[in-house]
Order: sequence, then C-alpha cells, then structure tokens
Amino acid sequence: MYVKDRLRRSMMFVPGNNPGMVADAHIYGADSLMFDLEDSVAHNQKDAARLLVYNALRTLDFGKKETVVRINDLRSGLGVEDLEAVVRAGVQVVRLPKTDSAEDIQECEEHIARIEAAAGIPVGTTGMMAAVESATGVLHAPEIALASKRLIGIALGAEDYVTDLKTTRSDGIELLFARSMILNAARAAGIAALDTVFSNINDEEGFLAEATLIKKLGFDGKSVINPRQIGPLHRVFMPSEKDLAKARAVMEAIAEANARGSGVASLKGKMIDRPVVIRAQRLLALYEAGKITDGMEDE
Amino acid sequence: MTMEKLENIPHISEISNCGVFSGCRAKRRETFRERSASSDKVLPSIEEAIRRTGLRDGMTISFHHHFRNGDHVLNQVMDVIAAMGFHNLTLAASSLAAIHAPLIEHIKNGVVTHIETSGMRGELAEAVSRGLMDCPVVFRSHGGRAAAIRAGKLHIDVAFLGAPSCDPYGNANGYSRDDDSSICCGSLGYARTDAKYADKVVIITNDLVSYPNAPWAIPEYDVDYIVRVDDIGDPAGIMSGATRYTSNPKELKIARTAANVIEASGHLYDGFSMQMGSGGASLATARFLREKMLEKNIRCRFALGGITGQITAMHEEGLIDRILDVQSFDLDAAMSLKKNHFHHQIGATYYASYLFNAAVNQLDFVVLSALEIDTNFNVNVLTGSDGVIRGAIGGHPDTAEGASMSVVVAPLVRGRIPTIVRHVGTVVTPGEVVDVVVTEQGIAVNPRRPDLAEKLAAAGLCVHTIEELQQKAEALVGVPSPIRFKDKIVGVVLYRDNTVIDTIRQIDEDET
Repeated sequence: MYVKDRLRRSMMFVPGNNPGMVADAHIYGADSLMFDLEDSVAHNQKDAARLLVYNALRTLDFGKKETVVRINDLRSGLGVEDLEAVVRAGVQVVRLPKTDSAEDIQECEEHIARIEAAAGIPVGTTGMMAAVESATGVLHAPEIALASKRLIGIALGAEDYVTDLKTTRSDGIELLFARSMILNAARAAGIAALDTVFSNINDEEGFLAEATLIKKLGFDGKSVINPRQIGPLHRVFMPSEKDLAKARAVMEAIAEANARGSGVASLKGKMIDRPVVIRAQRLLALYEAGKITDGMEDE
Repeated sequence: MTMEKLENIPHISEISNCGVFSGCRAKRRETFRERSASSDKVLPSIEEAIRRTGLRDGMTISFHHHFRNGDHVLNQVMDVIAAMGFHNLTLAASSLAAIHAPLIEHIKNGVVTHIETSGMRGELAEAVSRGLMDCPVVFRSHGGRAAAIRAGKLHIDVAFLGAPSCDPYGNANGYSRDDDSSICCGSLGYARTDAKYADKVVIITNDLVSYPNAPWAIPEYDVDYIVRVDDIGDPAGIMSGATRYTSNPKELKIARTAANVIEASGHLYDGFSMQMGSGGASLATARFLREKMLEKNIRCRFALGGITGQITAMHEEGLIDRILDVQSFDLDAAMSLKKNHFHHQIGATYYASYLFNAAVNQLDFVVLSALEIDTNFNVNVLTGSDGVIRGAIGGHPDTAEGASMSVVVAPLVRGRIPTIVRHVGTVVTPGEVVDVVVTEQGIAVNPRRPDLAEKLAAAGLCVHTIEELQQKAEALVGVPSPIRFKDKIVGVVLYRDNTVIDTIRQIDEDET
C-alpha cells in the first residue's frame, strides 16, 4: 500500500537487471527506491529485469523505504507486462515514464485496477507517479497531476525534455519553465514535485548547486543515480540550525498566545501571520522525519 | 714493552679477556674504492652462493614476500637449487603469492617437502588444497613466525632475501637512496627477522650500490653473501603507484560506519594509535577518520602495519605523528619511507612477536578484513567458501589480540556467498579477540564486549546481534551446501603463540 504524503527527498534509480544493486538498494539511506525497467535496461534484458524486480519485491525486505518501479511506457509494448509483474508483486508506486496527457495516466490506471482485481489485491492499493519528459507533457502538467487519485507525485525527466526543446542541459535556466510548471501543477493537485537526475556523479559542486536550486523552488526531492549523491542531497534538505531555532521560536510564541487565550501571537514585536506558522510547522516536520530516517540508515 | 704473565695479574680470571696480544691483522693499503670492488661477500652467481652457504638436503630455506606477486627471486633461486640436485628442503617464506606456482614442480620432484608460510594463493594453493603435499603446510601469522624463528622453533638454515639495493658488504634496503627509477618495495620488515636469525644470509639484489647503503633495513653483519642479478622482480607486480580509495558505494558505506564505530567507542582522542588492514573498506575507513580528526582537531600518535599512501598523506598533512612500517603497500608509501624521517621501518618481531610487548600491543584499534565471520566471531582469512586456500593470515590475529578494539569489516554477502556464517571454514583469529563486525547491513558487537555495545548504543548506532546478521545473509542467499573434505590434513593453522588453532583438509571433488 502506498503512502500519499511522506518524505521523498531522494528517489534512487536502481537498474532492474542488476541483482547486486537491487539487493543492496535499501542500505544507502534513500527515501525511495526506484527499480528501473526502462532506460537503464537494454532491450534484450527487459524480461530478465522484470523477473528480477518481481522476485525482489516479493522476497527482499526493504525496510521502511518506499518502493517504486519505473515501467516502460505503454506504447512500447512492454509496459503492460511490466505492470502485470510489479502490481502483483506489491510495489508501492508505479512510475509511468513519458507521460504526455491525463489520458496516459488514466490508461495506466485502468490496467493497474484490472490487475489488482485479477490478483485479489484491493483495488487502489498501488500508487502512481507521472514522469513528464516532453514539451507536450509539461504543458499538460496541471491536468496530468489531477488525472488520478493514485498519483503521489509528478516528476520531471529532463534528458528527453531538453532534446524536445532543442537545447541541452546547462546551468538550469533551460529547465526553469518546466520545473515551475510541474511544481505548480503538483501543488495545485496536492501531490509531490520531484526533480530530475544530475548525471555527472563526480561533480559534487554542480550537484549541490542544483539540489539547492530545486529546494529553493519548492521541490520535495530529486532523483539520484548513485548512492554518493544521497548524503549531500539530504544535507541540502535538512533545515539549518538557524532556521530550526526560528521555527521553534515561532511555535513557542503560538503556544504562548494560545495559553493566554489570545488569537494573536507575536515574535520580537512582529505579528506572526498564518503562512509563517505553516512554514515553521513544515520545517519542523521535515526535520523530524529526516532525523528519524537518516538515523535509521543502518536498519 | 714487556708483557706481564697473565697469571701475575690479580683477579685475571674474573676479567673478561682473550689472552695476550699477539699482533694486529695485516693492514690493508687499497683505497676504499678498491676494497669495495673486491668485497669477498659479492659472489658471481646464485649457484656459487648456494654452494658457499653449505646448504644440504633436509635444511630449511627462507624468503620474504615484500615483492608480492611481482617476485622473481624465489622462483629463480628454487630453479638453481633444484638444478643443483637438492632434496627434502623446508621452504619457510613469510608469505607466498600466485607467482610462486612453479613450486608445484619442485614439490612433485621432492626438492621441497615442507612449506611454512603466512598464506598462499593461485595454482600452488589450489594444488596444496587438493593434497599435493604429504606434510601439511604450516600457516603462521607474521607475529607467530617472528616468535617461532626467535625461539628456535622455526630454524632457518639459509635465507635468500631479495633487496632493491645493497652495498658490497650487505647493507640492504627496500629502496635505493640514489635512484627513484629502480625497483622499490619500501619496507623490508619481514626480511629483517630472517636476516637476523638465519645461519646464512644471501642478499639477491639488482642494484649493487656503493658503501654505505644508508639507511639500511638489513645491516651487513647479518649478511654472508650478495649476488647481483638483472631481475629481482616486476615493478608492476611489486606495487602500484598508489592504492586508490574505493569508489564502490557498498565499501564506502561500510567504511563510514566503521569510522562511526571507532568514534563512538571513544578511541578517537588526541594521541590515539591505529592500524588499517588491506582491503577496500578498511583502507577507506582512514578517509572518514581523517574527516573526523580534522573536525575534532586531533592527531594520531602512530599508525602501524602495512602502510599505504593514504596513511602517508595523513602523516604529511600533520595528522599522524609517526608511522611504523613493516610493509609498504604502494609506491606512495615507499617514497614516504624514503623521504619522511618519522616514517620508520620496523621488523616483524618489533611489529607483532608474541614474545615481546610488540607494537601491536600499543594499538587503540585495528580495522581488518575477513573472508568469513561466524556467530562466535571467529574469523577466517585463509580458505574460501569452496574450502580452497586463497588468502594469508598476515597480522590478523596479532593485531586483533593486541589492539584495544578490533573492528572487522566485510560485506554481508559476496555475490551468492554469505560472509557471516554459522561456522567459519577455518578459524584463523578466534572470536575472543574480535570485538566489532561492521557490514553494510549492520553492526554487531561481540557479547564479550558489553562496554563497547553500550558506547555504540549511546552514540545512537544501531547494533544488531551477530545472529541477526547471519540470518539476514541466509535470507538473502540461502544456506550453501556443505563443502566436502577428505580425511587428509593439508594445512595446520597456528595462532600467534604457535599453538594449533585449526587444520585445513583436502577438498573432496570426487563424484558422489
């Protein structure tokens, strides 16, 4: 069963045809594990990967990590077979690649519901996320994000997208519109916004700059392709001591005002608005969730 | 001057003397250079050296393993010994590598009938595991070997010691002071024990330098003969430029956890001491310790053992005061030995002998690798999951016993082979001296060390029982079918005090 709202700072891609990497996926502390049947698996390995991921999901204990499988897109002729395997294996979230429209999501959902029913799994158990990887998809992001109750999030797949835009990846300016669009679509639908991968694993500085940027924009997290990216990413998302202290002070002022029976709280002579309280609450919740998750890395 | 008769001197019998003076040795008038050129220790061939040592059938000969898999000395000497018709020799090497496969023929021909070593790999190890020798191979730790040699339990008649530099009188070293381009192995620590205690010592060198070859690892008074040959080894097999830190995420995860364990144990204080074993994860632990040392602004008093470029870099950075180097693992380490005054070369006895308060006894912690660890914390570093010999004891039991805390790092499984098992194939280091096991899937603390378990838990580290780790491994890869052995004992494993701790049997490959 999927959880709609949870910590998703890092979603680690794991090639579905690599037994060693699949078996070890949970030890690096990523919030979500994304077993890939799509681009990281060669065409002649597709069935082997599907079988491996199916068995891994059924037999291995991934602890409290969220399990996600990126299936092949339905038009490829492989996607439905992927769904047959992973839905039956009890994956928490199916990631649909190359989503261009709400209809793509609905078509995928129909297959999932049919397979759940056939397998005796309560219909609605399997979550979904949409990956948008084209100009069409970005422009349809608001409808896509609202296309199914099963959706936990919407993600940007940048490599295909920049090709579609007739550009390449650079300092991030090329993704500004897509990121903003997806983020707003996600927020309007009340689901998570997840950023694309950063491919050069040896460029830690570049990775940190990108992670900092997407956190500022408002993203919940980002896909990673190597365990080495998880620690730095989580550090970017963890609130600083200064922000924590501020948030705690806000919450204390609110508690104090409540104790006085006053509806108006103030801090250092400034009235505390409702958005300030919400931000403080979110920041503290993120810190607590992150602290617990990162502390359990050895579980 | 008229000399008194000795008996007229009061108390003469109580005064140490060698009788009455009867004249000096003949004075030599050649120049220093001429004398050097005519040193009677330098012999024209290995064959001549063997003849002069008085080697006879049944004697014990020794070699060191500082040239690792690039060694060309042992095979060269053994070929000459075989050609000269010797038989029934005991070969006592500090360790053996895959390159020593030609020994198989010498064993089949009766030239070598017994072997003592720290370890064995490759075809020779395969053949021994299949019953090649009648007398079991004796496996000792580096400290155990040093103790056995000193105590006379392992008597070496003739030592053949390769040296990358030597002068005409026998001052030998693992590098050359004059030349950076020649063959280099850094420390000659293990060879120093052989040089000191063997009856006859032959240095085999490719670089005969002028006297004095200072600093030396082996002093001239321990050396009887010197032979210059063109080829003592393959530099690429002796050592690579620098041991790189692993980029394997699983090894890095283990290493980071090991560093956290060390910090939590309280052994990371200003002035601590440490040793890092070979192997990706244990070497990488140094990198995470370095970060913690910088953060806490503390220094390590000394690093011991097999030394890598990572350790020497930390020394040069000012994080490690002294290095005690019994074996240099890479070229960076060897170069540091050459240029850094406080990077000090030590012998096997000083390093780990059971008979002394050796350097291993001054360790705060050691990080070691393992092939297998069982639920009683026994460690195997010698035989593989198929029962075949494929490793070396090295200083494993010496450091595990000597250090205040021994940390064994290993992946939970290797492919389909579990590392944490119910029973190890061969006990090399007993569970009594193994304190913490770190895998990528969790930490286990030996129940004999509740003090450590408490400290780790207090630091927020998640500690499992070793049984839980074993069960995790079993859940992943299942239970391997037991290895089949024959009755014949092919190896005897000695603990560092030279008591027998385990035996290795011939593997059974017959069709069932």
